[in-house]
Amino acid sequence: MFGKLSLSAIPFHEPIIMGTLLMVCLGGAAVLGWITLQRKWGYLWSEWFTTVDHKRIGIMYIILALVMLLRGFADAIMMRAQQALASADAAGYLPPHHYDQIFTAHGVIMIFFVAMPFVVGLMNLVVPLQIGARDVAYPFLNSLSYWLTASGVVLVMLSMFVGDFAATGWLAYPPLSELKFSPTVGVDYYIWALQLSGLGTTLSGINFIVTILRMRTPGMQLMQMPVFTWTALVTNILIVAAFPVLTVALALLAADRYLDMHFFTNELGGNAMLYINLIWIWGHPEVYILVLPCFGVFSEVVATFSGKPLFGYKSMVYATAGIGVLSFLVWLHHFFTMGSGADVNAFFGITTMIISIPTGVKLFNWLFTMYRGRIRFTLPMMWTVAFMITFTIGGMTGVLMAVPGADFVLHNSLFLIAHFHNVIIGGVLFGCFAAINYWFPKAFGFKLEERWGKASFWCWVVGFYMAFMPLYVLGLMGMTRRMNHYANPAWQPYLIVAAVGAGVIALGIGFMLLQFVVSIRNRAENRDLTGDPWGARTLEWATSSPAPFYNFAVLPKVEELDQFWADKEHKRAYPQHEHYADIHMPRNTGVGLIMAAFGTVLGFAMVWHIWWLAIVGLAGMIGSFISRAYDTDVDYYVPGAEVEKIERARLVPLHKLIENVGPASAGEKVA
Amino acid sequence: MSSQHGHSAAHKSKLHGSLKSYTVGFALSLILTVLSFGCVMSGAVPQHLVVPGIVAFCVIQLLVQLVFFLHMGTAPEQRDNLSIGVFSLLIIAIVVVGSVWVMHNMNLYMMHPAMQSMSSSIG
Repeated sequence: MFGKLSLSAIPFHEPIIMGTLLMVCLGGAAVLGWITLQRKWGYLWSEWFTTVDHKRIGIMYIILALVMLLRGFADAIMMRAQQALASADAAGYLPPHHYDQIFTAHGVIMIFFVAMPFVVGLMNLVVPLQIGARDVAYPFLNSLSYWLTASGVVLVMLSMFVGDFAATGWLAYPPLSELKFSPTVGVDYYIWALQLSGLGTTLSGINFIVTILRMRTPGMQLMQMPVFTWTALVTNILIVAAFPVLTVALALLAADRYLDMHFFTNELGGNAMLYINLIWIWGHPEVYILVLPCFGVFSEVVATFSGKPLFGYKSMVYATAGIGVLSFLVWLHHFFTMGSGADVNAFFGITTMIISIPTGVKLFNWLFTMYRGRIRFTLPMMWTVAFMITFTIGGMTGVLMAVPGADFVLHNSLFLIAHFHNVIIGGVLFGCFAAINYWFPKAFGFKLEERWGKASFWCWVVGFYMAFMPLYVLGLMGMTRRMNHYANPAWQPYLIVAAVGAGVIALGIGFMLLQFVVSIRNRAENRDLTGDPWGARTLEWATSSPAPFYNFAVLPKVEELDQFWADKEHKRAYPQHEHYADIHMPRNTGVGLIMAAFGTVLGFAMVWHIWWLAIVGLAGMIGSFISRAYDTDVDYYVPGAEVEKIERARLVPLHKLIENVGPASAGEKVA
Repeated sequence: MSSQHGHSAAHKSKLHGSLKSYTVGFALSLILTVLSFGCVMSGAVPQHLVVPGIVAFCVIQLLVQLVFFLHMGTAPEQRDNLSIGVFSLLIIAIVVVGSVWVMHNMNLYMMHPAMQSMSSSIG
């Protein structure tokens, strides 16, 4: 009846996990109770859970990413604490099996459920606004993508309390991840969580490619798109090209575990190397999927806060596209040591060095944009400068490891760990933080306050260097990754410094949450009435803050790059129209959420071999999709009169303001 | 969302081909299928050329169907599809050729000669 599931699946004997479970239950009950007391369930359901508005879906993605950042960081600080303690005779506080699950969960969560939702959330929030569209091409699909990602999150979180999680490392290399060596359900949780969220990501990729290619506002040529939109386009092409490889690799691993196949086993003709080859064909484009949109963020931020057009727009676009193609030619550098011989290693070593060239082009473009610019050191700009320094260091250590001979020494050492945290935190995370500070007013209508934001910034930057520079040294001293215990006492001082660094990052996270709380409390002071609080250049700032649900009352006409800036210069920004047409909009729907809920059931049932429940889940998914396909009431028209009322309420006071202070400085004066 | 139907019905006839193009495509597909079966069933083709033969006919058939049924071509309104198609081919080529090369070399260097015969179909 319940497959492999029984009460013994709950780890009652693990005090750390049970304590966490208690905290999660209490915290969850508090949140749910508060929502019930405030009578907000109806509001949440009709305005958020069922929404197809790309801005709200984007906000939900980012909230999901922030919540999972807390979970992933909790894993990180536990590992740092363990390694700071477990030297020589001391065993630390985490038993090996639990420790292995923690480093696996940390990697999986940080990549799939923090970085990905952050990046996809930003694209949701910003891309349609930047290209002057009213929504994405397939709004319902967008909602489905989000909820599928959420169902992956549910499975990963559930694995902590019911059963266990994979103890294999974040990519679940066979033969360790095969049934013979990982007989528990951990790897199955891993497989189904990633399959569900991966499906969501692939659908998002398709959605955004179509949106960017087909729904640009009249007149906007490809070479007039903002750089963030360009990076989003390339990223989504990479998603569509790379994620099917992940899906296939995981499906084959699932076939090994469920159907007694032998694709990657040691015996009967299986070949574990093939999995590693496949997973990195996805894995390397994946890191560019994450970092390219962040490069886009930095490009927008640098141009805005230097008060200049971006230096070398075209070279930026070509560099992005070049990185996109090259990212498919470097995957073997993740396994130089597996013995493909000198020719293969040399080829992939050289392609890896080549890919640093377009990245270098970008760095110089940002520097030349700042050169002789009138730089305003706001929070987004500070994150950008921190990124440029940190990412350059991380990039250089990466090129160092691209030398196959050097990699044989550094492979799987803490030097590698330091390198990829250096580029992912310094590139992706700093980029997302810059973006949050930059686009927050567009999402919510008020700016984030700077005091706690700066405290958070300094803690993050200082904490990052404290936590990861010692890891470079440890890597050169010979310490390998994923160690639960080590015998060499000379490593301990460095690991203690790293643990303190993680503590400083914890302060950074805390101050960031405080920044949100304080900003929400003082929102009246930081309200953005113009829609353009930073004096920015791109279209998303032409509409109000927060953007109305239809984004643009009249689709803006675009004839050049940075059209909005030119409009402000020529005093023709914020046009008032005599007549507003009806606007065609998609209707909210809960089908995406329902399908993903059935998907969660399907995944859970497959993990525990509860076959009848799996059939229920799959049938539910297909059934709810069919019901959606026959639903003809999927859209409606916003009457022109209503649009006119909303627009007048914004534009009449805005034009008075511009008459007083001038358009270019209106944003800064008010904000 | 459907507020921006940028593409009018004017291109429709061009996009959807003609009776002639469909007939040619259908005939070519039939011939190529017959040739593939012939490779295996007639016995006229030497044993070691059977698989390469089928693969070749299969790839030609793929191109025929792309051109005649999916109307991929160099016409201005088809450029998007063409460039996406070429890009997909590039990625597939990189993934397939690269994987075969990598795995073949790995077997060459890492496998004991006696084990090579019994293990791994790749390489």
